[in-house]
Parts: sequence; structure tokens; C-alpha cells
Amino acid sequence: MNFQGYRRAAGKAGTRNYVLIIPSVGCSQGTAAAIARNLKGTVYLPNIFGCGQMAADREQTKRTLVGFGVHPNVYGVLVVGNGCESLAAQEIAEGILPSGKRVEFIVLQDMGGTRKTIAVGRRIVKEMLSDAAQCNREPVPLSELVLGTECGGSDYTSGLASNPALGSASDLLVEAGGTVILSETPELIGAEHLIARRARTPAIGKQILEATAWWEHEAMASGQNIREADPSPGNIAGGITTLEEKSLGCIYKGGTTTLEEMVPYAFPPSKKGLVFMDTPAHDIEQLTGMVAGGAQIIVFTTGRGTPVGSPIAPVIKITGNTDLYRTMRDSVDLDVSQILAGKETIQEAGQRILVEMISVASGKETKAEKLGQRDFSIFKIGINI
Amino acid sequence: MDNRRKAIVITKQDNVATALIPLAPDETVSVILQGRPEVIKLLSSIPKGHKFALQEIAAGGDVIKYGEPIGQATTRIPRGEHVHVHNVASHTKTTEGVP
Repeated sequence: MNFQGYRRAAGKAGTRNYVLIIPSVGCSQGTAAAIARNLKGTVYLPNIFGCGQMAADREQTKRTLVGFGVHPNVYGVLVVGNGCESLAAQEIAEGILPSGKRVEFIVLQDMGGTRKTIAVGRRIVKEMLSDAAQCNREPVPLSELVLGTECGGSDYTSGLASNPALGSASDLLVEAGGTVILSETPELIGAEHLIARRARTPAIGKQILEATAWWEHEAMASGQNIREADPSPGNIAGGITTLEEKSLGCIYKGGTTTLEEMVPYAFPPSKKGLVFMDTPAHDIEQLTGMVAGGAQIIVFTTGRGTPVGSPIAPVIKITGNTDLYRTMRDSVDLDVSQILAGKETIQEAGQRILVEMISVASGKETKAEKLGQRDFSIFKIGINI
Repeated sequence: MDNRRKAIVITKQDNVATALIPLAPDETVSVILQGRPEVIKLLSSIPKGHKFALQEIAAGGDVIKYGEPIGQATTRIPRGEHVHVHNVASHTKTTEGVP
């Protein structure tokens, strides 16, 4: 099975063909936005970090921005810096260069004014757009697809229909040789030993337990006991009995295969199959991490609805809630509530999701893309000075 | 005959089903249990979203959903009985060393 993708110099294949503008610091974000304005095929990252950060955060910001730059969904990159920031535009550009794509950088303080920078930036971007238009899609095996899985705005249908259906699709993709990223470490709490048991090696299992312990400890230090808060009274009234049940209902979207690897936030997996990325449960931070790690497509389950999308990767929304599909038709792509009506099995819905994934990977626009949703947020660990 | 789906079983290993509509005591529910169609007679009312046992679960036995243990039965749970916070305890413990 193939999708139609853009083959890049570095070898990977993309599902989209964007020219990307990356502000290396929050100060140049507005300029980046102005450069991108009304240029079809161009997106900018609304990044506000890159200065005054502690070492670990500076590294995480850099890794995330470079991850977006080297991403196969991106044809070429323009990095825009202010000039005095800690994370210089040149440093980001140099991080992206090994991908073999065209990368340029411009610095406001060197250009002599914001308007000049915008003008020069738009000229560069228009050239890149013209070159990008020469790229064509070609057949790419599914084994080269990296899927990011996510759930947000969950309700009772998430654990019964949309997450199991996505899990079935995840298993199909792994069977085809592809990669599935499961993330949201805090959501694992309660079922972390069960997931750790499914790891390829005890060492990976141990990494999972260390990651969940870190989150639990951080939350506790801020006064929140994750285990006590969940399941909530509302969850219990709705039928969720234990934290394990709630967590498993979420984790199930990754499917049932062996966990091959665990990677930190915004790191690219080195293995195929099901992998775990350590991210917050925050919908946009999680999404940003998975895309930065190379996910060319995202499938996002929701029960109560959310319009969230990503700047460079298509986000497919699926729901098991038939009322939601009716009321938020402009934000939800696929309805799998037929599972709950007995009209479709979980496996049949999983097949439908895979078919939709291939269509979207090959160019079909998602509702989030039609709405122009380009949500982006880097997971920040510590304080900014 | 009401053909609406009454309950869902997620994996073949599960020993509970989840009600999709409110179900009454003595009501019968058709499920596929390990590949075979079976009829379960309910012993209690099962609210929408709540679970019932597909087979007897011994006291101390695992309640299995999603193919994994989601808790432990605190008492013997007969087939068709409501499975929830009144007869299930979580396995989960706070991570050691966390204050």
C-alpha cells in the first residue's frame, strides 16, 4: 500500500509541500507573520521562545524549531531572527541545512528595519514557492509514514469507539511497516506498568516508568495528586471505575503492538512500529512535539469537539459521538459512532480510518486545514528569565 | 425485537461489556464471547456507560477491559452483574518515594 508523497533530498517523504518561516525568537514572530501573509503555500510558526530560557528549554526550543525545519512536509525554510537573541537565526538555519533543502536566514537588526526585512523575506519566500511548485507527488510505501495519535476533548465515546478504532488503524499501519507515535505521558499514569510490560526490552519499560514518575512528582510538587483526581466524580457517574480503565481507554489509540522505543519531547523515533514520546497531555504541546519528531500526519480523537490543527501536518479529527459530528461538522472529519450503534466493528472503523489517512497523506484537505488552524506551542519545562 | 446495539466488548480477552444504553434487570444482551454468540441475562440495572460481567469474576480476580486488568473484584461478581466502584478496587498505588 502506498500514499502519494513528496520525496525530499534527505530521503524522507512528506504529505505536504510548505515553505516554512521560523522566527528564532518571539521578537521576530510578528515579522515572520507579515512575511507569510497571504502567500498561499507558506506558513509561519508562532514561536514566542528563543531568549531568556534555561539551558534545557533553550535546547528543547531549538530541537522543536529544527524538527519543523527538517520535516519532509516542508520544501524550504526562511528563519527570521531579531539579532540579539540567545537562539540565533543562523544557529537554527545551520541545524536545518543537513536536510539538503533550501534554508535562508535574515536578521531584523542587520537589515535596517522591519519593513525592509519583510520585503526581503517575501522575495525569498516567493522564489521558494516558485521552486516548490515544481515538486510532484510520487508513490511512497506506507512503511515510511509516521502517524501521531492524539485524544482531546474526550468523552465516554472516546474510550469505547474512537480510541479503539484509531488503535485498530494504528495496528494496521504498524503491520504495513509504518510508525505510530503514542504520547501524553500524564495520561499513562494508572496504566504505566501495563504499558511498560509491552515494551520491547525491560530498559524501555524502565524509561516509561521513569517518565511517568517525573510527571507525577512535578504535579505533586505543584500541589496536584494526579492519582487522586482521576477518575473524577463525573467520570465515575459516567461509568469509568478506575484510573487504569480511564488511562487504558486513552492509550488504546496506539494499538496493541509491542512498544519499540521511547523518545523525549520532539525527538525523532529511530525505530519503526509503535513508539512512545514523552509529552505533556496539553493538546497543542503534544501535537507540536510529535510533528517536530517527524509525524507527517496526525489522527486526533475527540468526543466533545476541538478545532485544533497544526501548521505543517494535516490533523484528521475523528469522533464516536454522533451528535458532535452533526454539530461540529466543520471541524470533524470522520464519524465512527456506527461502532456504538452496532453497524460497524472496531476493525471496520479502523480500516476506514486507514483509508482516510492515505487520502489525506496524498493531498486531501482536512477540516482543520480548511479552517486554517495552525496551532503551535513548545512544551516549556522551566521559567523564562 | 430491538436490534439496537446494547453493549460493546472491546477485545476478545475482556470479561466485561459496557452498556451503550441504560439496561434493566432481567434484560438479555447478545454478545460475542471469545468468538461465540452468547446471551447474558442482567442481574441489576446497568446505567449507560457502565459495565457488567460477561462471566463470573472470583473475589480478587482481575476485571479485564481493553485486554488488560483495570482493577480487582473485591467480592465474587456473578455473570450479568453490574461491575463498578462498589465491587472493584484499583490496583494503582502512588509511586514509591513521592511525598
